[in-house]
Amino acid sequence: MYGLGIVKGMAVTFKHMIETYLDDIRWIGRGGRYWNPDALEVRQNILGSRGTVTINYPEEKLPVPERFRFVPFLVTDDPPPGQSWGHDWCTSCGICAKVCPPQCIWIERGKQPNGRPKPEPEQFWIDIDICMNCGFCAEFCPFDAIKMDHDYELASYDRSAAHIHDKARLSKPLSYWREIAPRKAAAEAAAREMAEASKGKRRSKDDGADQPTLPEEHLQQLYYRGSGY
Amino acid sequence: MTVETFESEETPVPVYTDPVEEATARLKSEYPELTDDPRPGYTGIMVPPERLVEVATFLRDELGFNYLSSITGMDVIDENKMETVYHTYSIEKGGGAVVLKVQTDRENPVIPSLTPFWPGANFQEREAYDMFGIQFEGHPNLRRILLWDEFEGFPLRKDWREPFYEEEHKPFGSRWPEGAVFRAEQRNPYGKNVQYPKGWNPSMMDLETDETEIYAGVTVTRESTPGLKTEKVTVNMGPQHPSTHGVFRMVITLDGETILRLQPVMGYLHRNHEQIGERNTFIQNIPYTDRLDYLSGMNMEHGYVVGVEKLMGVEVPERAEWLRILVAELNRIANHIWAIGFLLNDIGAYQTPALYMIVQREAIIEFFEALAGSRMMFNYMRFGGVAYDLPSEFRNMPTMRYLETLIFDQLPRFVEEINVYLTHNEIVRARSIGVGVLSGEEAIAYSTAGPVLRASGIPYDVRRADPYSYYDHLDFDVAVRYNGDVYDRYLIRIDEIVQSIRILQQVMPRLRETEGAPIFAGKPQYAIRVPGGDAYGRAEAPKGEIGYYVAAKQRASNPDRYHVRSPSFINLTALGRMAEGHKVADVVAILGSIDIVLGEVDR
Repeated sequence: MYGLGIVKGMAVTFKHMIETYLDDIRWIGRGGRYWNPDALEVRQNILGSRGTVTINYPEEKLPVPERFRFVPFLVTDDPPPGQSWGHDWCTSCGICAKVCPPQCIWIERGKQPNGRPKPEPEQFWIDIDICMNCGFCAEFCPFDAIKMDHDYELASYDRSAAHIHDKARLSKPLSYWREIAPRKAAAEAAAREMAEASKGKRRSKDDGADQPTLPEEHLQQLYYRGSGY
Repeated sequence: MTVETFESEETPVPVYTDPVEEATARLKSEYPELTDDPRPGYTGIMVPPERLVEVATFLRDELGFNYLSSITGMDVIDENKMETVYHTYSIEKGGGAVVLKVQTDRENPVIPSLTPFWPGANFQEREAYDMFGIQFEGHPNLRRILLWDEFEGFPLRKDWREPFYEEEHKPFGSRWPEGAVFRAEQRNPYGKNVQYPKGWNPSMMDLETDETEIYAGVTVTRESTPGLKTEKVTVNMGPQHPSTHGVFRMVITLDGETILRLQPVMGYLHRNHEQIGERNTFIQNIPYTDRLDYLSGMNMEHGYVVGVEKLMGVEVPERAEWLRILVAELNRIANHIWAIGFLLNDIGAYQTPALYMIVQREAIIEFFEALAGSRMMFNYMRFGGVAYDLPSEFRNMPTMRYLETLIFDQLPRFVEEINVYLTHNEIVRARSIGVGVLSGEEAIAYSTAGPVLRASGIPYDVRRADPYSYYDHLDFDVAVRYNGDVYDRYLIRIDEIVQSIRILQQVMPRLRETEGAPIFAGKPQYAIRVPGGDAYGRAEAPKGEIGYYVAAKQRASNPDRYHVRSPSFINLTALGRMAEGHKVADVVAILGSIDIVLGEVDR
């Protein structure tokens, strides 16, 4: 029958419309379907939810996964009590500046009084207008000193100064990284520890037959399953 | 019936298993003056420019290499030569490419055009002219295509410098160890870093251009309808028509409402991806490839890593290959879902179908975000593996369980829903059946690829014809439809989703088997050096064959030449042919059915 295809198609639309209300009704007793973190979790998962899946941004925000990449930040030690600044992890080796595809990282290496290079950056800039959020700096940093941030709300009225992040703006304590990416941070800490422990061993004994390996849960979190360490 | 067997003892006929070897041997016996590329690591047959047309037509008509996939210009400044590289394939026999290379004088590069014989060469030759200034003799409309007509110089020549030129190759020395931040625009644009034509004076600039050359390409001489006084009208559709999928313009000559001639005008998003690629180190290009076709970044990366791995000679671990196929096929589904949704938008079913499609696509894209760290700019594949293993859990369930639910339950269910919802809809059928027909022969001649080629009855799929990764271990069919109209290009995308689901269903057990296996070969390196030579990596992207021609010098860290064979760009060559004789409203549907992404067309 001519027109049957349209009727069937409209039935699909109608089904979707009804489902929206059904899911809304289902959430009435549990605090509603909107502006409710529990409901948000279910709503964004299309395998478990039906009906509307949209998010009321910025009142509601989607949680980002641990691997989410936005403009990088520099990791420092947690500041000791009474101080506002922890020790930089960055040694200004320059790998991030070399690997950066759009070349948005500028590093001024620190100098000791006798003129020799100091393993610490004097200044560190990232031009976030140029940064393409690829994550290579974090991936290839041998000291885990630069990480991709999760804060994606960086809009400002002034692009000339506000969009060039200097070292003070970039530095964030380790506890911040632990907070936004707990499992990844734990895996990295374990990997560093193991690399440190096996360094001495490798010098004394040449064969790497029974090299200790990290547990699977850690390996899954790391770049290249930890083969960079 | 008797079977005759030939046994010639004097001259044993060589038996070839590879069609490329056979064709190369026959070509050389026919034209003894052809030689192999003498440079170490480079492959291809050097053809003298004056014999090119002869050799190419022999290759096409006698040897069956009828598919001219890619044309690459190249500046060989060391030898003071300009080179053009042609990759031709056999649709019937499959397999690799017969590569023809033509070298000519660098100062006055003239090469005969192949466009009269292979209409698919049209845009690619124009691109080579645009970037290198190679004159293709006999080309019907040799104008700039990606840059504007008034542009001075040829930007991919090795002696050309861009306005904010810093150094020949990255990494730039000004970044470390004594970096001091500066912005590119702080350097005065009127300084020595900008090139102007000789004697150019900004106050004398003539901003009024009547674009006669663009319109000259669409001028039609046709008798008007007898008895009626009609006039042909030239209309610009775009740039930025809402349903042209980006900043794209079509110059259309109309007779009433019927299209007589259509010419695409593009390049509004041009950023010279290829030159950026030649400044970059090899690994720095991976995130840039995501930005070509941003709807299927995984497939874009896949072609590039396959190409560079050929150059490097790296083996990829098993689990990494399965992960690559997983993400490539999921991305293909996501892309086709999007394409169908927006084709419906173009036909006039505004937003509702597209919205349902986007909801499904979200299930895939958000998984990619958890896997690779970004929704679209994945930067996931590396030379010799992938960056990350699967995350342990996603959406409060183990990732493997999420994927299994998606692949075995959700996506098949969704394909069924699309079929009920749209496939038999009478309005969709009325708008799309018989519209924008491209015959099989034309589809090959125009070098179209992907769904456009397969909807015209040509079952050519790189995954089957020239398998890369582990596609030869997988059981799937090459989707094919025979009418070559908009409706078939819609149906073939659904067919391909079904085949991709089939592939994924075979990949899931392999992923379970290889859990805990390495995903990267060797130690991760950021400064990769390759043995010299050239390589062509190709992969079946959702929009067609994505190819990367990468050439590098011995122990180089940067490619010497980096060329992208972008499928939507070349598929657009056939747009004019498809639109001929249809109404203005159909053009939008035809364009939607090609499924272009301007990031990749304009590069």
